[in-house]
Amino acid sequence: MTNDINVSPMHTQSGASQRLWSWLGRAGSRLYLFAFVGFLLGPLAILGGAAFNDSSFPTVSPWQGGTLKWLQALFHDGEIGDALVSSGIVAGGVILVSLPVGLASALVLNSLNGRARGFVYGLMVSPMLIPGIVIGISTLLFWRQVGVNGGYFLTILAQASFITSFVMLMIAAQLQRFDRTMEDAALGLGASRLMVLRRILLPYLRPAVLAACCLAFLQSFENYNTTLFVRGTETPLTVFIATKVRTGLTPVINALGLVMMLAALIGALLWELKRMKGFARADRS
Amino acid sequence: MLDMPRVAKMDTPGVLPGVSSPLPSAVSLNNVEMRFGPTRAVKPLSLDVQQGEFFSILGPSGCGKTTLLRLIAGILKPTAGQVFINGEDMAGVPQNMRATAMIFQSLALFPFMTVWENIAFGLEARGMAKKERRRRAQELLELIALPDHGGRLPGELSGGQRQRVAIARALAIQPKVLLLDEPLSALDLKLRQHMRAELRSLQKSTGVTFFYITHDQSEALAMSDRVAVMNAGTLQQVGTPHELYSRPGTRFVAEFVGETNVLSGSVSRIENGTAVLDCPEGRFAGRSTPGLREGAKARLYVRPEAMRIGDGNHNDLALTIERYDFEGAFATAHAVLEGSYPRRDVSVTISQQSLSSAPAIGAPFRAGFCARDAIVLPDE
Amino acid sequence: MSEIFQRFGKTLGGIFVALVLLWLAGLVLVPGIYMVNAALTPRLPLALRGGPDDVYVLENFAYLLNHPNHGWIFVKTIWSSALVTFVTLLLCYPVAYWLAQVARKWQMRLMLVLMLVPYLMNEVLRGLAWYIILAFSGPLNAMLMGLGLLDEPHRWYGDGGVLAGMAYAYILFMLFPIYNAICTLDRDQINAARNLGSATWRIHRRIVLPHAKVGIATGCVFVFMMAAGSYVAPALLGAPGSRWFTQLVYEWFFEIGNWNRGAAYGVALMAMCLTVVLGLLALFRVNLTSAIK
Repeated sequence: MTNDINVSPMHTQSGASQRLWSWLGRAGSRLYLFAFVGFLLGPLAILGGAAFNDSSFPTVSPWQGGTLKWLQALFHDGEIGDALVSSGIVAGGVILVSLPVGLASALVLNSLNGRARGFVYGLMVSPMLIPGIVIGISTLLFWRQVGVNGGYFLTILAQASFITSFVMLMIAAQLQRFDRTMEDAALGLGASRLMVLRRILLPYLRPAVLAACCLAFLQSFENYNTTLFVRGTETPLTVFIATKVRTGLTPVINALGLVMMLAALIGALLWELKRMKGFARADRS
Repeated sequence: MLDMPRVAKMDTPGVLPGVSSPLPSAVSLNNVEMRFGPTRAVKPLSLDVQQGEFFSILGPSGCGKTTLLRLIAGILKPTAGQVFINGEDMAGVPQNMRATAMIFQSLALFPFMTVWENIAFGLEARGMAKKERRRRAQELLELIALPDHGGRLPGELSGGQRQRVAIARALAIQPKVLLLDEPLSALDLKLRQHMRAELRSLQKSTGVTFFYITHDQSEALAMSDRVAVMNAGTLQQVGTPHELYSRPGTRFVAEFVGETNVLSGSVSRIENGTAVLDCPEGRFAGRSTPGLREGAKARLYVRPEAMRIGDGNHNDLALTIERYDFEGAFATAHAVLEGSYPRRDVSVTISQQSLSSAPAIGAPFRAGFCARDAIVLPDE
Repeated sequence: MSEIFQRFGKTLGGIFVALVLLWLAGLVLVPGIYMVNAALTPRLPLALRGGPDDVYVLENFAYLLNHPNHGWIFVKTIWSSALVTFVTLLLCYPVAYWLAQVARKWQMRLMLVLMLVPYLMNEVLRGLAWYIILAFSGPLNAMLMGLGLLDEPHRWYGDGGVLAGMAYAYILFMLFPIYNAICTLDRDQINAARNLGSATWRIHRRIVLPHAKVGIATGCVFVFMMAAGSYVAPALLGAPGSRWFTQLVYEWFFEIGNWNRGAAYGVALMAMCLTVVLGLLALFRVNLTSAIK
């Protein structure tokens, strides 16, 4: 890790013990890092590994021989397919609601100053600070009054109510670096307000909007706590998995987890690749 | 444009007497004032800029010149007074409906649009067809001598090229008035001097009125037909560069524009346009100015290049050289006025040829100036 | 407000403000008020609604206080969430520091990618992983017995299992904010302090920790909030005898069917979370605007 430790002449008297301590320190910190990564990835390895164990209950001990039948079963499992579609519908709906509202919120926040800004900011991030189940039940209680019961509509609204905060924050961060004179320049050249939005602000915000779109999808796809209360009779993927654990867990779920892990890995690599490109661009200019 | 009665009603201070243009002023400000809360960034002022003029506002940062520009562009609305462009009252006219185009200090080029899209942006806003826009943009690219750069992004251009693209973008909408907000301040010295000449010739060839904001006096004096000096939200003086330099009307202008030496005292006598000033260092004479009264406190200003070394001058000063600043074509001698307390510095321009015979550092010498090269202004 | 219309014009500005109002009022504030309203009214059959009994009462909250178990479960939830927050903070700080200031570029990249994988996985699958590990005949018991540390398998499901699952689920929400904060610390500050003869612990106490404060506050706020509101970990890793507050809320809604009482429990949970969040921010002297970016 840090091979470039120079022992300066001043310290050579106690050289031996000093070197021992620094070696111990480095060994200790390395051990700790490995333990930390092990703690993070070990459970995932067990989760994924169990998908290959020829045992009807998902586990890695005892190992009863490798098999691919759970993976094969995964691709023929209609229920999982339905759950995926259900999650997809909700995520799509959440994006449709959260993106325009989050964009509008970021623009409104960016136009405000001083006290008003702090107040509106607090209101806009408050849904992130409330536990997901509370958002779920308040949505359920409110819409029951209007005669709407749990289902796709409520799931989308409940999720959007806090996912919009994340979208807003992402777009607002990019907006903070925006040079407002570009707006004045465009208006001065005769552009209408709409054209400024369409040709200047939106193209500038495009990367942030796309990132926010990914984030909104991910947040919605992974949500469980809020969804549990407002789903009605729909069964998105997270609810499906949790139900399966109760009512008959098979390693097919592990196979599903393995596939999602691979998707996450690809996502992480893409993200890192994009970040590197971003750095390269920043270096150039 | 045809709203003439309104123009006729207003008084038009600043217009040179005898010049009766058939055209309305390109820009006319009538008692315009701008307040931000309790602070007055622009105190009520009036100003006229003629058609086809290269007009500059010169002032230190924070004097309100950028605010003035933004009032004309319509980015800000004046808290009082009227702005006329081409004779039309701009009250209630939003910035995207005005016959002005602005060039920003940051240039504000759109980074994600190509150069030609940038140039054609104003035409796009006017609903011009794409083919026509492209053709117009290409014409302008040729005007700014970047015919092959249309497909690039602004980030791929050099500073000077970006500058020219910003000018082309503003000219594309054929504005009556081009508003320039210190557009050269980000460039290095060499490029800045080159761009001055380019801006000047562009202005002459297009005939568009330029309204130029700068804190750099050499820029303002070199390029402009007329310059307005601004300080603390008020206009100090409006005139040609030569007028400002040789006949400063206020203390601020005298001290802000160009290098100058100052002597202060009280007026002992005024006759034949000459004022005599009694100073602790002696008695000096200079051109008198309106507002000067005998017995009142006043200041005498004389340029370093008006100082003559040697005995037998009028307005004689006893000096000791402290150092020479070599500036190429000439040198500036920084001297101390002998017997002055607190010490008063005097600088004297010495030409290249006479440098060899100039007094040595630390040596006392005498220098003086003609009364007609000096100006006496009342202490405000 | 006028700034918005000035900047975007009446039409666009109006649309933006309307969208924001629909969100904040329609999706957040009004449902929240309805929840409080429901919490303060007794559960009445349809016929009696609007009648003399339809008045504001505190009976739903009183029930929580007087119940022999529920109050205790509430306290346990707070205490456990605080514990999870504290433990993840201790575990993450050295790693965040190492990632941000010590690691080489490739090491940092590798670590970030490896850590993003669990971060991108959903909470239920992460809980499931621990469900498998802690199973009675699962790998943990098998390993411990293989090493001779246990003679017979141990029942891990229960409060301990829930805590482990929570710490695992939320640890990255602590790591990333602290990492981001320490990233912005100029390494020369550390070098300068070391150069002036400061000991390592003092460098951390006087330079790194104060700089990382905002990130630590953010991490603590989110980890606490998520742990207190966690339903997956207790549902998967808890034991019948060890129930959590979120499970009580769920029961009132979908097993017992007393939504008013469920709403009261939800309000209690929300009030507790907001109090702790604001308390944490005050404790760290960090304002909301810098804590959540």
